[in-house]
Amino acid sequence: MRLFVPLTITFVAGIVMILQFFVPATQSMGESLQEWYMIVASFAIFIGAANLIQVHVHRIRFKGRNWKYSPVTIVGFSVMILTGLIFGIEKGTPFNFLFLEMVAPMSATMFSLLAFFVASAAFRAFRASNWRATLLLISAFVVMLGRVPIGAMIWDRIPLISEWIMKCPNMAGQRAVMIGAAMGMVATSLRMIFGIERSYLGGAD
Amino acid sequence: MNWTIIGIWLGALLSLSLYSFLYKDNPIYKFAEHLFVGMSAGYWVIYTIKNVLIPNWWENLLPAEGGMQPIWLIPGILGIFMVLRIVPKLASLSRMSLSLIVGTGAGLTMTAMFQTNALAQVNGTIITLGQGGGWFNWVSNIIMVTGVVCGLVYFFFSKAHTGAVGRAANVGITILMVAFGASFGYTVMARISLLIGQTQFLLFKWLPTMGIHL
Repeated sequence: MRLFVPLTITFVAGIVMILQFFVPATQSMGESLQEWYMIVASFAIFIGAANLIQVHVHRIRFKGRNWKYSPVTIVGFSVMILTGLIFGIEKGTPFNFLFLEMVAPMSATMFSLLAFFVASAAFRAFRASNWRATLLLISAFVVMLGRVPIGAMIWDRIPLISEWIMKCPNMAGQRAVMIGAAMGMVATSLRMIFGIERSYLGGAD
Repeated sequence: MNWTIIGIWLGALLSLSLYSFLYKDNPIYKFAEHLFVGMSAGYWVIYTIKNVLIPNWWENLLPAEGGMQPIWLIPGILGIFMVLRIVPKLASLSRMSLSLIVGTGAGLTMTAMFQTNALAQVNGTIITLGQGGGWFNWVSNIIMVTGVVCGLVYFFFSKAHTGAVGRAANVGITILMVAFGASFGYTVMARISLLIGQTQFLLFKWLPTMGIHL
């Protein structure tokens, strides 16, 4: 019974979603199920939030590594929650101000920091050790050059070559990856729907 | 109080705090990092409540016209079961919610992904070799078709990569290396454009608040 109910729910939900694609009469059922899916999945964010708070409270209580910064996380989290619940999230509210002036710049900065790390990782990884690695290096270099004005200044054909690499060999490679991944996803989905793959239930079988 | 100036200063100081990591890990970076984690988590919780749960669940459960729609209690109960995962004694109830998510997700993925990522891509690859005209398009189309087929051969592990299969797989690796290089270059440039955006913010928005105009 412990496994029967969850496996039945998975089977029924999966079959309904497949059927609604082929049988128009089941479409409304599929749409409702998609809405339920979105609602139930959204509740998962509360687990994430609770876990974050739990980890930081634990760290403060037992004076774990970098515990002095944990109150900053808790205060930041609480401020966003309180301003959002009290004043709403519309334009001009404190929540919106905090998002635009603090969260958005920090998010952009964090991602822009990756430019430095990616560049340093590439410096170490992109050794032209064999001809295929050299090909990878050249392809990356041409695409990068083709997207900045200096590329066209060096040779006016570089942006065109960059465009061709993106449209032809890159597209071919991406397509092969996408088709392969789609096949894998179909196989995994079938295994889940028919109860062969049960690891999402916590490894019990 | 000028909130615009306060906003610019907050954004600039936090950005500089995060950039300080480029020198080395330091307390100012750690402060900004922890603040970012907390505020982002808070933002997404509120965003989910206001933009997903209230319009899609709460307003369906208790419509403005009055009355309650009991059927909408089911996703709510399953949602609560999901949250109960953090209570060890009741954690097993979350299996029901997970089952619904996994089942719906698997069914949806199977049909939608197969259509967009497999059939549409195969359809896009079946092209007339001379499409577009000119010898250059001929060559490009041949590279495209050969690249996709050989790339797929490389991912086919049910047969040993020897003989003709091995040669096709080798061509596949070559195409994949070019594709990975191009994707890498594209990703780096996206990050660089974010860096340029942040640098412009500091130079042309923040510095002028101190009377420095470049």
